[in-house]
Formats: sequence, structure tokens, C-alpha cells
Amino acid sequence: MLIYSLKRLGVALLVAFAVSMITFALLRFSGDPAAAMAGEAATEEDISYIRTHYGFDRPLYEQYGRWLGNALQGDFGQSIYLKVPVAGVIAEKAPVTMKLGAFALTFALVLAIPLGVLAAIRPNSIFDRVALTIAVVGQALPSFFFALIMIIFFGVTLRWLPISGSASWKNFIMPSIALGYYATPAIMRLTRAGMLDVLASDYIRTARAKGLRPGVVLFKHALRNAIIPVVSLSAVQLGFMLGGSIVIETIFSLNGLGNLAWLSIQRSDFEMMQAIVLSVATFYILLTFLADLLNAFLDPRIRVG
Amino acid sequence: MSNLLDVKNLTLDLPLSAGVLHAVRGISFSAKRGETLCIVGESGCGKSLTSLAIMNLLPKITERKADHMIFEGQELQGLSENQMSDIRGNKMGMIFQEPMTSLNPAYTVGDQLMEMLLRHRKVSRNEAKERAIYLLEKVGITAAASRLGQYPHQLSGGLRQRVMIAMTLMCDPALIIADEPTTALDVTIQAQILLLLAELQREFNVGVILITHDLGIVARVADRVAVMYAGEFVEEGTADEIFNNPTHPYTQGLLDCIPIPGKTKRGEHLGAIPGIVPSLIGDIQGCSFRDRCPYASSACGEHGIELSSVKEGGDDAAGTHLYRCVLSAAECAENLKTMGAA
Amino acid sequence: MSEVAKSTSVPTAEEILAPSPMQLLLGRTLGHAGITIGGAVLLIMLFMALFAPWIAPFDPYDQELSRRLIPPVWHEKGNWTHVFGTDGFGRDYLTRIIYGSQISLMIGFLAMLISGIIGTTMGVAAGYFGGRVDMVIMFFITTRLAMPVILVALAIVALIGSSLEIVILVLGFLIWDRFAVVMRSATQQVRSMDYVTAARALGCSTLRIILGEIMPNIVNALIVVATLEVAHAVLLEAALSFLGLGVQPPQPSWGLMISEGKGYMLFKPWVIGIPGTAIFLLVLAINLLGDGIRDVTAPENRN
Repeated sequence: MLIYSLKRLGVALLVAFAVSMITFALLRFSGDPAAAMAGEAATEEDISYIRTHYGFDRPLYEQYGRWLGNALQGDFGQSIYLKVPVAGVIAEKAPVTMKLGAFALTFALVLAIPLGVLAAIRPNSIFDRVALTIAVVGQALPSFFFALIMIIFFGVTLRWLPISGSASWKNFIMPSIALGYYATPAIMRLTRAGMLDVLASDYIRTARAKGLRPGVVLFKHALRNAIIPVVSLSAVQLGFMLGGSIVIETIFSLNGLGNLAWLSIQRSDFEMMQAIVLSVATFYILLTFLADLLNAFLDPRIRVG
Repeated sequence: MSNLLDVKNLTLDLPLSAGVLHAVRGISFSAKRGETLCIVGESGCGKSLTSLAIMNLLPKITERKADHMIFEGQELQGLSENQMSDIRGNKMGMIFQEPMTSLNPAYTVGDQLMEMLLRHRKVSRNEAKERAIYLLEKVGITAAASRLGQYPHQLSGGLRQRVMIAMTLMCDPALIIADEPTTALDVTIQAQILLLLAELQREFNVGVILITHDLGIVARVADRVAVMYAGEFVEEGTADEIFNNPTHPYTQGLLDCIPIPGKTKRGEHLGAIPGIVPSLIGDIQGCSFRDRCPYASSACGEHGIELSSVKEGGDDAAGTHLYRCVLSAAECAENLKTMGAA
Repeated sequence: MSEVAKSTSVPTAEEILAPSPMQLLLGRTLGHAGITIGGAVLLIMLFMALFAPWIAPFDPYDQELSRRLIPPVWHEKGNWTHVFGTDGFGRDYLTRIIYGSQISLMIGFLAMLISGIIGTTMGVAAGYFGGRVDMVIMFFITTRLAMPVILVALAIVALIGSSLEIVILVLGFLIWDRFAVVMRSATQQVRSMDYVTAARALGCSTLRIILGEIMPNIVNALIVVATLEVAHAVLLEAALSFLGLGVQPPQPSWGLMISEGKGYMLFKPWVIGIPGTAIFLLVLAINLLGDGIRDVTAPENRN
């Protein structure tokens, strides 16, 4: 078990390196950090001065090497725009995005799992059709459109919910729904498929033959096994949500990483963009790693020894 | 001794898109404490469905009907799912064919054993644990206490089946239904499991209904035998009666297929029953075995054939050996002699 | 003996008149609600895109400030001249929706093609050759999965400058992951089949095996993923354009139209409602079609 974990950790680190390298290269190839730093009113001389001074004219691998060296010591550079260390800003904004992601995933799970279980207990019934319809509709609705509709309806017409800022938990309701509903179809379908499989299995027949109550058979025995692949999927979906929060955060003016990314992109703040992409990637890698561990915990057959 | 279970005229119908499948067509049987009834037949004859029908674990589309199904004086038909769940595992237990997949992989052996007792009796966890250990030892599992913490995938097929047997006994049921409990196991393990079942029956005085396709097993453990073909009992009686005087052509054919050490000569042809089981969808006329029967005549296809007694007269034992054929018992005995001589 | 005689005898009338496998497939396809509905809507959209210059009532770039923000025809203030009303610049909405279908379909289709070629090549290579090749390709896939697509796409587009062509390229080079994963798993399954082993034993070249044995058997999965990725690309482009970093104004991208209409959405909700519904219907149709194709060709994969 230990060796397996270490191997996974090693691969995870490699992936993180690869992501940082590719992002670095992509950003450098796409734009000119010197011009960005110099700002709009700069002259050619200013720009070439900055280029030499900050080493932007050095070969790419050397630039990356320097960045990496610094990064390993915890120094992710200075924000070109804000003139403060990048790491600090990210640490400040990350919690908002993580909160958003957690709420969004919770919403998705609370909606998807019961629907999936109901659809499986009564296949081809009205529940099943409703669930599948929700799945199909959910996958086709663009999240920003859904967000705007909710703002019109709940925020302005009914005035139930606040539409911007991150002051209280109420601010997170609409953004979480807008971000989370997209994961609902996949989770619901997986739960339904898993439950259908499990309910047809021999050990469920044994459980019923033992005289266990239907609720116990359904939840203690069936769901427990069907939920295992859902855990992995949820982790992956959470990772996607963290990366895809930029649209929702800008619409709802939430002060998280997504919003920060948006501002950095507009300001061509290379150092910040690099760090944000790396942060999100790291979260994703951590989440998949956690999902693996959780899998081993839930399914005794996966554990070795 | 009154019957533990008394089933009269059980039918099972499955409405399919191609028509109604008459899987079980009017069988009657009973079980007594301390006695083993073997229902024997080939694949598709309806024996597994029969076993599921007693506990009502049938697929949802199945229609179950019977004149009566009385267990310990209580009619089973019409009981709600909750009421049935009180009986299942508690007064009646079931052992299934596939030990490899019949246990939940996510919970320990101990957990699955204990939950049975905790469900049906007001006992503490410790008491349930003690009972689990006691039964694990009874079924011949060593280091029982440590086994409680193990998961099913850590046990071999034979061990898992023993665990299943222990599980069935947790609540001290009066009746155990075993659906081909040894089919998926090695021959040597088979023998051990059968021996175990016989011992446990003696010790706990349970009634056993054993479903199997293996006549060897039947010879070993059965007190009473019912030979099932195409959803009906074609012959029933005590083990002695069936093996010493097989009356129905199907039973005779089955026994002829088995090589007998000492008697069957090297190079001798084993008997075979040509043809396949007929379709049970839609209306069925007459004897369902007639297409494969060497003694079939036009009389066989006319109408349904009732069970008749092998022995004539008013003997006390006359009622136990029954068979379903238009031929008389004497004619069948003649056929048997011819078969043996050939 | 009678069995032997039977097999070489003349086919019965029933056997001749029985529907061929192709006919059965066609029957199932047309009987499938998802395929018919999805296919119909998609055909309408394609029709709109192809014949836009002939069916659109106005010019999509024609601004006329005197007729700004006219409501659609079902509103009390609407009229039949502008069936879907006009936007903040006085441009006819129906026209812009019709021309917008060109943008969505073109981006969706082309991005799917690019990502499909990249992803399928990687997936088939990984699935067929296994071993080190598989390890390396899986590493690439994992790395790509770890990167937040939208952030990277936005960053690149912001730096290079955005246009229709750039969006197609950027999306195409980013969304190949599902192709790779699905094709890899499909190839692995087919590769273990006996007919592939037979081909190898016969000495067929690798290319011949891949094209002749493997591809025909994974083509079903490929079509399903391809349809879903078209939908994916359409949604991504809509999001990019909404943020201002996709298709640039004055082009009538539906996502851009929502962004431009955001300012009026509280009192004139149709300005975002109509393009949003258009995106929704297109993606819905594509998804229904993709699900339907999967149901009809390989129902065991449905969930």
C-alpha cells in the first residue's frame, strides 16, 4: 500500500512539473511579458530594458529553470500588475473558490445521488424518465446562461438572493447551483448504472434472503457498493469546477481564484496566470489522489494485504 | 410429525413478450424437520424458481399462485414484504449456488453474520459475536474469532460456502432451502459440505430442501426425492423407492446415464436422453416428455396426466411413490428390465 | 443426417424476406426518439447555417439605432418585421441567430475534427502498442486533464488576440482528451480479440491491422464521442465569446450576443433569452443524437 502511494505521488509530481512547464511555454510563446510589464505607455527602449533586466531574452529553458528554482523555495514571483508576491495573493483568494467548489459539488451530489437511486429502483418509470430528462437538459444548458436566468429570477424579480459579492453563505447559493448542476447528469447516470448493476447481484439476493429490511438492503448493502465509482467521478468533477469557476465568479463578482484569473488575463500578468494554472492543476492532482485513497478505503478488494 | 412446509399446486408464470412462460406448472411438496427433500432435474426445469418461490424472492414479473403454501401453520401467500422479511433468515434460511458472489464484498464476514441476529433478535453485539464464532466453528472454520474481521475476497470458495451455511443457521431456522450449494465447488469440497449439512441437520433438527441436478448427491443425502421435468414433478417418492424402482421413463433415463462402478462394463454405451427440453411458452398439451420418450404413444399427447401411485392397493406406504405417465407401473417396471439388459 | 441435409437446402421464404442487419439498424435508428428529435433539430440548424444568406430577412451587421431593442413578435410591442426583435444596436435578432448558427456549427465541427485527429491517434497508439508508448501517452493525457482548459484557453487567446480561427485552433488543441481516453479503451478491447491476433499471425503490417481490423470496430465509439465533443466545443466557444475572448464583435456568435445583451437583461430578457435558448437547443440536439447513436449501435454502453 505504501509503495503504491509513493508511486502515485511520484507520478503526481511529474504531472505537476509537466503542467507548469507547458503552461510556462504556452504563455511565453503567446505573449510578451516585457511589453506587459512595461505597460501601455512604454517605448521600445523601455521594453527592451525590461527584457534584458528581467531576463526575458534568455533561452526559454533557462527562464523556466529559474522560475522552477524559485518556485521550489516557495517564491512564485511577483505579480506584474499588483507588485506583490504572487503566492500571497493566491493564498488569499483560494479559499473563496474552494468554498464555491465544495458547495457546488454538494449541490450536485444532493441532487444526483437520490435521483440516481430512485431511477434505479424504478427503472423505466416516471422517476426514471424525469431523472434522465434532468440529465439531458443539464448537459445542454450553458452555465453562464443559467446563472443569468437565476439572477433575473431569484435575484431581481423575487429578490430572494444576493447577486454579487461573497459576504455571506447566501451569496454562494446561486453560484453553487450554476457551477454544480453541470456535474449532476454524469453523477446521476453513474449512480443509476451502478445501482442497477448492484441490485441485480447475488449478494443483494442474499441480503434479502436474510430477511433484512428493504431500506437496509438498499442503503447499507447496495448503495455502499454502487457509490464507489461515484467517489472518483466526484473528485474529478470538483477539479473541473475549480478550473471552470472563472465564468461564474465574474458573473457573481466572487473574489476567488477565477476572478483573479480573469483580472490577470486582462492585465497580462504572466506570473499570476502561471501560478493560478499551477494551483488549480495541483488541486486537481491532489483531489484525484484523495479519490484513490478513498476508493481503497471503501472497497476492501483494492487494498493490498 | 406435522409438516413444516406444505405447498400445494404451485404455479409460476412469467409474462414475456413472446407469450407467457409457464415455468412451474402445479407442483406439490412438503418438508419436515430432520428430513431432506431433494428436488432434482436438469437446467431449466424450474427447480431454482421453485426454491425462490417459497421465500418469495422471485423476479418482479413472476406471477405466483398456489392452492396453499403453509409454513409452520401460516399461509405464506398474501404476506406483505415486511412480514416476509420477518420470516426470511429467521424461520427459513437459504443457501445459494455461487459462494464467490453471494457475500457483500464491502463488509466483513463478522458484520454480515452478526447483522442477521441483530435484525431478528433483541441481542447485544457481543452476544451476536459469540453466536457467530460458535457457528463458524460448527461449520468447521478454524480460527473463527479472527475470521470475523476478514473480508469475503480473502476466503476461498469452500470457506465462503461454509460461512453462508453458518449465516443461515444464525437465527436457528426450522427450514433451510439449499439451491445447488455445491455445484460451484471442487468435488472434494463438495463432499465435505454435504457431510456438514447432514451433520447440522441431525444436530439442529432442521428440515432441508435441497435443489440439485446431481443424482450422486441425491443418493447421498435425500430422504425424499422429487424428480422435476419441464415445470412438473414426474416422479416422487423416498430415496429408496426412486433408486430401486424408478418408474417414470425420464427417471429411468437419468439413472441409466450414470456409470456404476463395478457394474458398467468398459466400452459400454452410457444411456442418453435425446432431444432437448420443450418450450414452456404458451399452452402445453399432454406430457411434456413425449418427444424424448422411447415409449411414447398417441395417448401421451391428448391431455394433462395426473400423478398416480406406483403401488396399488390401500397400503400405508402406497401414497409416497407417485409418478406421472399413461403407462401402468407394471409396464414401467418391464421397461426398466429391458433397459438394464440392453 | 437430416441436420446436414437441412443446411445445404434452399433458403425458405421467411429467410429471404427477413430484414437484413442494415434494415434492422435503420429501423431501430428511426424508431429512436432521441435520434429523430435530435437529428431533426440539428438538420434545421444546418439548414439555417447553409442557407443563411437566402433565408435571413436582414443583414446581420446592419445597425439602425432608431429601431433599437424592439421586442419579439409575441410581446405586445413586437411586430412581424422583426420576429425576434432587435438588439441594442438595432440589428435584427432573427438574422443574427440564423447567422450565429454558422459560427457555432463551424467552430463545433472544426474543433471536433482537430481534437478528434489528435486524440484518436494518441488513443489508438496507446491502446494498440501498450507498454512504454501507453505509459507516455497516458502521462500526456493525465497532464492535459490536470490543466484547466478554460483558463489556459483564455490566457492564450488573450495574449495572441482572438478571432474565429484562433478559437477553433485553441479549442481543437485542448479538448482531445476524451477522444484519447475512449479510443484507447476501445482499441484495447478490440486488440485482444482473436481476429486481430489472426491478422498479426498472417503477417499483416501494423498499419494494415490498425486501419483494417481495429478502426472499423471502434468507429461506433468514435462517432459517439465526436458528437459529444461538437457539443462540448459549442459550449466552450459560447463561454469564451461571453467573456469577450472568443469570436469578436460585430460577428453574431450566440455567446457574444448574450454578453452584449447582459446590460438589458433585467427589463428586456429576450436579448439574452433567445440566443441562450438557441445554444441550449443546438447542444441538446447534438447530445440526443450522440446518445441515440450509442443506444442503437452499442446499447450495452448506455447508462
